[in-house]
Amino acid sequence: MNTIALGVDRARYETKIYFRQGDTIFFTFLFPIVMLSIFSVAFSSAGKYGTNPDGSGGITAAAFYLPGMIAAGILLSGIQNLAVDIAMERSDGTLKRLGGTPLPVVSYFIGKFGQVLVTSLLQIALLILIAHFAFGVALPTEAAKWGTLAWVYLLGITTSAVLGIALSRVPRTGKSATAVIIPIVLVLQFISGVYLQFSLLPTWLQNIASVFPLKWMAQGMRYVFLPDTFSKVEQGSTWNLGTIALVLAIWLVGGLIAARLTFRWIRKDS
Amino acid sequence: MTSTQISSTGTQSAGGDTHVSVQDLRKTYGSFAAVDGITFDIERGETFALLGPNGAGKSTTIEILEGYRDRTSGTASVLGVDPQHGGIDWKSRLGIVLQSTGESGNVSVQEQLSHFARLYPNPRDVDEVIAAVGLTEKAKTRIKSLSGGQRRRVDVALGVIGRPELLFLDEPTTGFDPEARREFWELIRSLKREGTTILLTTHYLDEAAQLSDRAGVIAGGKLIDIGKIDELGAADARIPVVRWTDQNGTHEERTLEPAGVVARLYASLGAEPQGLEVIRPSLEDIYLELVSAYEKTTDVKSTEKELS
Ligand SMILES: Nc1ncnc2c1ncn2[C@@H]1O[C@H](COP(=O)(O)OP(=O)(O)OP(=O)(O)O)[C@@H](O)[C@H]1O
Ligand SMILES: [Mg+2]
Repeated sequence: MNTIALGVDRARYETKIYFRQGDTIFFTFLFPIVMLSIFSVAFSSAGKYGTNPDGSGGITAAAFYLPGMIAAGILLSGIQNLAVDIAMERSDGTLKRLGGTPLPVVSYFIGKFGQVLVTSLLQIALLILIAHFAFGVALPTEAAKWGTLAWVYLLGITTSAVLGIALSRVPRTGKSATAVIIPIVLVLQFISGVYLQFSLLPTWLQNIASVFPLKWMAQGMRYVFLPDTFSKVEQGSTWNLGTIALVLAIWLVGGLIAARLTFRWIRKDS
Repeated sequence: MTSTQISSTGTQSAGGDTHVSVQDLRKTYGSFAAVDGITFDIERGETFALLGPNGAGKSTTIEILEGYRDRTSGTASVLGVDPQHGGIDWKSRLGIVLQSTGESGNVSVQEQLSHFARLYPNPRDVDEVIAAVGLTEKAKTRIKSLSGGQRRRVDVALGVIGRPELLFLDEPTTGFDPEARREFWELIRSLKREGTTILLTTHYLDEAAQLSDRAGVIAGGKLIDIGKIDELGAADARIPVVRWTDQNGTHEERTLEPAGVVARLYASLGAEPQGLEVIRPSLEDIYLELVSAYEKTTDVKSTEKELS
């Protein structure tokens, strides 16, 4: 079998295993869905977001938080899921065993990416369906917005997956993996406009967040799901789709190089 | 021991008759030499056992040959390739059973083996391999719910699924019940008949005697003996012993002609000697003698060092 076919085969195998692990299902798969539900219910009586000065218009908490949760879901499915998963596989001997077989590294990567793609698509579909049917969030009607959703998602998930593979080298052991990775993604979520309204953060914090990809994924999702009037509170009062693509692409290329150069089946010094 | 030097850059032809060639292999961790200058060859189709006490350097040697660890010095050639630079094609000709594994095992035996079979160009039949390791009834069971010995059998199955030309087995039968070990021996014999080259480590000396053609004994990272299974040890260590008891106590006689001794004994006693035994030293006896002799010499050396 060639590298691609083996990769597809791995993706099937990895996806099957993914859904057999209870803890990852909660922390990466269901987490954004749970958070969206909590925020929607908890802030449902807090009034509307983005109302006009006369109190008309505005959107519900569910509608306001949906874009951020989708962006967080992409980040978690990619970075957190893979970084922890691969670090665990490195320390429990899975990778040592695979490293002794003729499995190409690239097929292994394709398998991980396939698993991330399948699970995150399901996750986002669930998020959108729950937001729409349980919390009455209106969905975009223009095809162009769905097109933007598609490319921001694809670029975002690929970047997150590649960064997850690269980051998996950081934890020394599988046990420490969650302790090392979760704080990173949690801080990113707080400063990138997932839980806290981005426009309310101090400028210096906004600037720091702008270095990282999550802020841009969330911004892209806000463009897709929020009314156009919300663009006025974005940085520069515009959705800035071009910069979203550029920043994500830079992280993608950097992550790809880092992942390919640093990936080892095992730590040879041990 | 004289053998031709293999340069580290040149590779032997892949079809050569020497499947493993190791010369003056060393691996140090800090100032500690885990493997301290080992030289041996394994021919195509041969089963070679590496014996030695805990910490002797067996796993370190094997993992260097499998490409998992980098050697400090010396040369190594496995299927004509330097294991530090083995690629995909090289790996597809190897089978590896590591000493220990700890995967989460969220797949069934059958799923795991089918998946691994697809990684190799010419794999064995999955169901046949499952049957050969005696797991047919457990084929649909998740690996994590298997017993220790059953999980170990999965390791062995994964090692042979790719129809390897060269199979590394690092203490493969740890945790096997006696029946499973007999089944495993049968599996290894069938692999040998197919011409598989095997490098085995084990602490079961009867297993080594049953399966291997030649063995090397290592202790403290050094090869202290190497040879055909029935030629290991000092010549007199292999001489049979005749043992019997009379009113003066227990007697032992080392002799190359035990039948003659017994016949003479019978003639002189005019009766059946009590507690008569003819003991051929087992591989275990010879091995223990070799290792304890080695330990004595190193003890002497280290005391000399301390004194000077
Ligand atoms: N990564 C390492 N760092 C430091 N020392 C090591 C390392 N790996 C092995 N050693 C040491 O090298 C020596 C040989 O270890 P090895 O695992 O090769 O022994 P072994 O012959 O396989 O023993 P056993 O029969 O117990 O499996 C041991 O003293 C061990 O402590
Ligand atoms: Mg060992």
